[in-house]
Amino acid sequence: MLREVVVVGLILGGAIFMALAGLGMLRMPDLFLRMSSSAKAGTLGAGLILLGAAIHFDNFSIYTRALAIIIFLMLTAPVAAHMIGRAAYFDGVPLWEGTVQDDLRGHYRASTHALETTTIPQNDRPITDIEADPETSDFDR
Amino acid sequence: MSELIWNIILLILSAGLIFAFIRLVRGPYLPDRVIALDLISILALGFIVVYAVRFNQPSFLDVAIILAVISFLGTVAFAYYLERRW
Repeated sequence: MLREVVVVGLILGGAIFMALAGLGMLRMPDLFLRMSSSAKAGTLGAGLILLGAAIHFDNFSIYTRALAIIIFLMLTAPVAAHMIGRAAYFDGVPLWEGTVQDDLRGHYRASTHALETTTIPQNDRPITDIEADPETSDFDR
Repeated sequence: MSELIWNIILLILSAGLIFAFIRLVRGPYLPDRVIALDLISILALGFIVVYAVRFNQPSFLDVAIILAVISFLGTVAFAYYLERRW
């Protein structure tokens, strides 16, 4: 009985955190804030649900499996968020207009994909391929 | 009582799924859609684990492991593609 209450409480909490991650994904003003809500609240919600499942089954192999998934999610969610954020920033996704600080502004040389300490002029644009011309490409920007 | 609480849990997860799907459709940029897809796959992982508990099928957890690996690889591939698009 007590175990059922603990399991349902953990899974309900995890579901609420995951729904809040979805709400943040919908309501946050720019990509980087959306990414923070999905990476943190989503991972916490998945971890709580998996912990509830492990306690429900109460079996050594299930504990191991659930712990493996939790550790894997906690290792990979920040890596994936960092890679997407880096690619999106260098791709020119605009920041929210209320942003107060952008430490990378003017320090990224788009033609060589390198970060430099000196300020780089604004007219430095990426070297475009012929088949990926930003003016004519129909990619969704 | 137990049925009701499981239905409420699935309803809450579905609300998160709908929010993420609206962001996937609206978008405005490609990275927004990529992170919405990432969140949708994490929510699907949560759905699978909740079903494993509700129907007492521990083998569903193996599907959750595979889904976690695939979603990470998909997100990394999308990030690599976004950075090399120029």
